[in-house]
Amino acid sequence: MKIIVCVKQVPATNEVRMDPVTNTIIREGVESIINPFDTYALEEAIRLQERFGAEIATISMGIPSVSAVLRETVALGSSQACLLSDRAFAGADTLATAYALAKGIDKIGAFDLIICGKMATDGDTAQVGPMLAEELDIPHLTDISAIEECADGFLICRKQTDDGYARVKVALPALITVTKEINVPRLPSISGLLRGNDSEIPVYSVADVNADTSQTGLSGSPTQVVKTFVPTSTVSGEMLQGSNSEKAAALLQRLAAEKIVSE
Amino acid sequence: MASIKILEQKCIGCKKCISGCPFGAIAVEGEGKARKAVILDSCTLCGACVDYCKFAAIELTKDDVCHEDISKYQGVWVYCEQYRGELRNVGLELLSQARRIADLLGTDVTAVVVGGAIADQATALIAYGADKVIYVEDERLTDLNDLIYTDVLTMLVKKYLPSIILLGATGFGRSLAPRVAARLKTGLTADCTKLDADIEKGLLLQTRPAFGGNLMATIITPNHRPQMATVRPRVFSPLTPDFNRQGQIIRETAPALTDQAAQILEMIESSGGVNIGEADILISVGKGIGNVKNIELAQELATLLGGSVAVSRPLVDCGWMPYLHQVGQTGKTVAPRLYIACGISGAIQHLAGIAADKVVAINTDPEAPIFKRADYGIVGDCVEFLEAMIAEVKAKNIHAL
Repeated sequence: MKIIVCVKQVPATNEVRMDPVTNTIIREGVESIINPFDTYALEEAIRLQERFGAEIATISMGIPSVSAVLRETVALGSSQACLLSDRAFAGADTLATAYALAKGIDKIGAFDLIICGKMATDGDTAQVGPMLAEELDIPHLTDISAIEECADGFLICRKQTDDGYARVKVALPALITVTKEINVPRLPSISGLLRGNDSEIPVYSVADVNADTSQTGLSGSPTQVVKTFVPTSTVSGEMLQGSNSEKAAALLQRLAAEKIVSE
Repeated sequence: MASIKILEQKCIGCKKCISGCPFGAIAVEGEGKARKAVILDSCTLCGACVDYCKFAAIELTKDDVCHEDISKYQGVWVYCEQYRGELRNVGLELLSQARRIADLLGTDVTAVVVGGAIADQATALIAYGADKVIYVEDERLTDLNDLIYTDVLTMLVKKYLPSIILLGATGFGRSLAPRVAARLKTGLTADCTKLDADIEKGLLLQTRPAFGGNLMATIITPNHRPQMATVRPRVFSPLTPDFNRQGQIIRETAPALTDQAAQILEMIESSGGVNIGEADILISVGKGIGNVKNIELAQELATLLGGSVAVSRPLVDCGWMPYLHQVGQTGKTVAPRLYIACGISGAIQHLAGIAADKVVAINTDPEAPIFKRADYGIVGDCVEFLEAMIAEVKAKNIHAL
């Protein structure tokens, strides 16, 4: 079985601090990490590897320093990590990202399963997984919280839905996106860390993966940002005083005035 | 290929652009007159810096390639999700936005509904603002199977060529919408919090939080159709239904549904079918509740007010409540009329999930960030306050409106 895990490098915090005077972003000391949801994707691949002897490949797209994240995946058990990095990939929206990853995956070769985290913590779109599956013309399942069965050409998964859970059977090859309920990711071993540090991560350009530059990066992105702005906070709250019963009464009185509750 | 460059003859090395870059991708290098801004590898070509430069020294070149005649795409669609024959509220909420945008653009609103048995919902969609309803009813569509639904929706889009499609960002919508957008090779903007129209260009203006909600971005899809966007449930309100409104109801037939690559074996609804995303009143509990037993107090107040219990992430992590109750960036976005945060400090990731009309915060720490988001703040122990609230609600026989 061959499993490909897609990973993304994200800022360690999504708390962007704003300079209150100039209304601009303070960027000092923001560290980059592997997208937390992707660690569950990689752990699930490792668990399948332990049960069924799978081979794991990992792929990312980003600036050259994203190699560090891929080395972490090697430390944990990926035997083939590669990075898509080229100015022509820059500025990609979710569609152009899915296209680029699909081209990179073609380069890796045949696979049975692709695992992605359910979303990245910087953009929160949760779009790349399903779009990548469409680009590769394979089925996808989102929000998987358990793989119940992995057998002859199919998986049976437990999927979180709006109303609870569903048990879904999907034919392989397929793509799944996983939630944090699926497992508890392990830490790398010392020997793994050494292996990761020593690994060379191949970097693929647009030409290396035969990508069409009209479909990559900003050029290949149907969506465009036309404006960014700082939201204005309009809430100026009232602090309620008195004993607990007085505060409770005061609160209920105000909620009644706003027609949320009534006697 | 798109590119960004610093026009060296215009750049004076003032560094103003550095603070305007959300990605830290600009540096200023060199000394004296040779001091110039430099674009670094981490640039995403977002263009935020362009407006920051007072000297017009940053030039972003985009290739505006139009692949097809986009003028033949007309009208605003709302994909109205149903589950077991019942429309989800988010579709009705989106109809109010679609109505407003269609009126601005001088076009019409079509509600699209797909499912096992849904024909009798069509008139309601007209009442909530649609001019037309297109429905596909087929018993093979009873299960919410994203792959089959993708086939149905793309078939309809190719036949009718809508300019704009709005979808609810439910769990299902967040799987269906990107699959459809990728098949149609068009743009999709997730979780918009504001929708508007550029009347002159006929474009949908899609605004969503970026970088954890501290910055907002307005996004367009200029050269591809349809322009697709998802919106979380409860961000907008439905129109008051007008059952005298007239509209056209069109039945379409499902295409050959051959794709059985994924098959739903079983649906398991969570205890009580709780969907905190649909609740009007949420009593939300964080670490400050102290112990698992005290959650019963929140449940009691929620029951008295006809609401539900939600939690912040730490309570899910320690196993006190199932994930379905989690509010926040890694949980659900909720938009109740009233959100009572009990013992929740208000980390940005939690606040990102609150789109409530009114927020009440109870916390022992007067400096807790939750108070900055609260309409009413109470400094004190949330357990004692919950007991006082329950007593007060019972004594005055208070109920939700």
